[in-house]
Amino acid sequence: MKSLFKTFLLVALTASTFTWLQSCKPKGAQSAVSGDAASKVYVAPGKYDEFYNFVSGGFSGQMSVYGIPSGRLFRVIPVFSVDPEKGYGYSEETKAMLNTSHGFVPWDDLHHIALSETDGIQDGRWVFGNGNNTPRIARIDLKTFRTAEIIEIPNSAGNHSSPFITENSEYVVAGTRFSIPMDNSNGDVPINTYKQNFHGTVSFIGVDKTSGNMNIAFQILLPGVNFDLARAGKGKSHGWMFFSCYNSERANTLLEVNSTQKDKDFILCVNWKKAEEYAKAGKGKLQSVKYAHNIYDEQKQMASSAIENQVMMLDPKDCPDMVYFMPCPKSPHGCDTDPTGEYIVGSGKLAAVIPVFSFTKIQAAIAAKNYEGDYEGIPVLKYDAVLHGEVKKPGLGPLHTEFDDNGFAYTSFFVSSEVVKWNVKSLEVVDRVPTYYSVGHLSVPGGPTRKPWGKYLIAYNKITKDRYLPTGPELAQSAQLYDISGDKMKLILDFPTIGEPHYAEAIPASLIMKNSQKIYKIEENKNPYAALGDKFARVERKGNEIHVYMTAIRSHFTPDNIEGVKMGDMVYFHVTNLEQDWDVPHGFAVKGANNAELLIMPGETQTLAWKPEKPGVYPIYCTDFCSALHQEMQGYIRVSAAGSNVPISFSTGKTAPAVTTTTDKK
Amino acid sequence: MKKILNILPAVLVLVFVACNSNTEPAKTETPEATATAGQEAVKDDVSQKDVVKIAVGSKDHTTLVAALTQADYVKVLANAGPFTVFAPTNDAFNKLPAGTVEGLMKDDKKADLRNILEYHVAVGVYKTENMQDGQKINMVNLDDITLSIKDGKVMVNGSANVIATIPASNGIIYVVDAVLLPPAKKQ
Repeated sequence: MKSLFKTFLLVALTASTFTWLQSCKPKGAQSAVSGDAASKVYVAPGKYDEFYNFVSGGFSGQMSVYGIPSGRLFRVIPVFSVDPEKGYGYSEETKAMLNTSHGFVPWDDLHHIALSETDGIQDGRWVFGNGNNTPRIARIDLKTFRTAEIIEIPNSAGNHSSPFITENSEYVVAGTRFSIPMDNSNGDVPINTYKQNFHGTVSFIGVDKTSGNMNIAFQILLPGVNFDLARAGKGKSHGWMFFSCYNSERANTLLEVNSTQKDKDFILCVNWKKAEEYAKAGKGKLQSVKYAHNIYDEQKQMASSAIENQVMMLDPKDCPDMVYFMPCPKSPHGCDTDPTGEYIVGSGKLAAVIPVFSFTKIQAAIAAKNYEGDYEGIPVLKYDAVLHGEVKKPGLGPLHTEFDDNGFAYTSFFVSSEVVKWNVKSLEVVDRVPTYYSVGHLSVPGGPTRKPWGKYLIAYNKITKDRYLPTGPELAQSAQLYDISGDKMKLILDFPTIGEPHYAEAIPASLIMKNSQKIYKIEENKNPYAALGDKFARVERKGNEIHVYMTAIRSHFTPDNIEGVKMGDMVYFHVTNLEQDWDVPHGFAVKGANNAELLIMPGETQTLAWKPEKPGVYPIYCTDFCSALHQEMQGYIRVSAAGSNVPISFSTGKTAPAVTTTTDKK
Repeated sequence: MKKILNILPAVLVLVFVACNSNTEPAKTETPEATATAGQEAVKDDVSQKDVVKIAVGSKDHTTLVAALTQADYVKVLANAGPFTVFAPTNDAFNKLPAGTVEGLMKDDKKADLRNILEYHVAVGVYKTENMQDGQKINMVNLDDITLSIKDGKVMVNGSANVIATIPASNGIIYVVDAVLLPPAKKQ
């Protein structure tokens, strides 16, 4: 029986039992191949995946890119944390990306993804991510898969409710998880004066249609609740944004008890078109704040960071008909709008119902002023007046809902560790599957948009201890892929993720791969430190700074012998990769560098700062395997004592024995 | 469904019965996902015990464990939680009218059994030092319990005494000497 059981498990792993039951004929391995999970996720060598999956890296601060259905990891995009693999945050060109009003922040926490949209459909131009700890939003350019811009959010702490996007990418939003004293007030107040002194805000960050550049269009001053997640209206509800919030008790300690006292918290409905009008009409107040705005200039190949000083704050007191609260049971987390824009799904973490609100009813209730009262001066709509209906006892701990292209919703349940599929209109539960274990976010390709592509559902889980090989106290977290093309969800793959996966979006590969940049054209390289050809390679002294304008091409550096560096000098290696060939980066490392290495894309210039710690000869070499003579791609730097009279000299390929009195002239 | 693991051997039997007798068996859950016995079966004698492991290890809670198994509630309580679980002892179950437990353990009463068990579970950790006399806690089945506190002793719904407190890795267990019965359903 035991071996039979094992055999069964083996087959069960790869075969649908139903198919097997029907046939019953083949005994053994052959039966494992028909209609099975393995073939559904098998992307043969030489083939591309059908979807990109952009997955938040959670506490790693990064974003990762997987192929679906294979689950293969293609790239980790450094966003809010330094990344030695790519030199991000180490090279002189990229350090400014991690600048904030608090200075250089090398590690943050990225939770949510928002792909840009046009007419409510994913357009594959940019992907946004939130910096949760030191509040920021990043924009990644999907031509280069690089972080192109990061904007800090003032009057915020814990930028969790972010960066959810409107259907024409007019705005990405940022709601505060922590309420705090506003930046322009005296923040040195007793914590137990929370109710008087602490406020929440939601920010609308405009996205330029062409460049993608972000600006904080306006913020809205709100009561001191915790904003959690958000989703834009779409179609008929375009122009509205919905934010879930908890802690309407406004507790400032032991929130696990004190913020769960009330039966209902809220979803905040923001009429952002109205807010836009108020902002234009000057109804807002300009507040003095400080926030960093960092942009990576593709031409100069260099990030710059500017500190901005003002933000427009809209106060609902001065701006009627702009914001409303909707009661939502028990500490709502997810707040998701269906593809039609009619239904808004609230998920109370501690609730055993899923309320589904109707946009039409919300509008009617607002028109009729059908309020149950107000919360800190903001009208609270009557629950029954705005409710489409409740999904009853669907599971324990509903968190997040995604949608397919057939009118179904998929909700994750953390506590009962399952995904439940239900009909958005009839609210009837039609299927449920377990996840392994403790599922958080879900992703259906196009799931948050007006046009879900459907086909797959990916669940992002925390616990894997019975399925992944142990790796010490921490195990890899996982994504699980379900085939949702039929009536029943079917688990077909399990793959590990980096950091901790929170929200993710998937998009057809065809929308992105055609735009993917192959090289940086050398003639467009405007980096002021570039050496656009071997003949421009040189070494210059500027006081205590040595600037090495170096080129790299298969398989040598120019120059590769450098002398004249003295103790006390700061040496800048500006390395230009002269290759004009896709996927031929060069690396650069110098022995003893306390900073890092470089990785330089074709046509690009990157700079490493190095302060030698003692006289001697230091090797340099290429760290990215570039050709059969990669191992020959190396050189030496001579460092002399501070008072030495060794002149600056540099060369490549100069084989004559050195005579100490001769120097190379520039 | 959550019962996949439990029914795995049953499915096996079905499969072979089906092949032998050449009849079409009832459609069963696809067990392809469950190649292992689940996180609750992972051997780990080092970590603090979760709610399930504590209950399973207690000789005073065999009825509760049997009920949790029957109601497919074991897996849920092995998850991250956090949970506050009021755990009636075997004696507490024995205090119910004769036949009650046996009746609830029947397959067609699974929903009722689950409702009762869910009335013993809250999501969140409610510690005694933060409990207040008269405090209501909304339980997983959506009904409230009411706490009363007298001389530092906690009583639930005026009938069940908390006789022990056991911290678990994924929450806290209060051993109670009576089964909590949800209020009658209001229609």
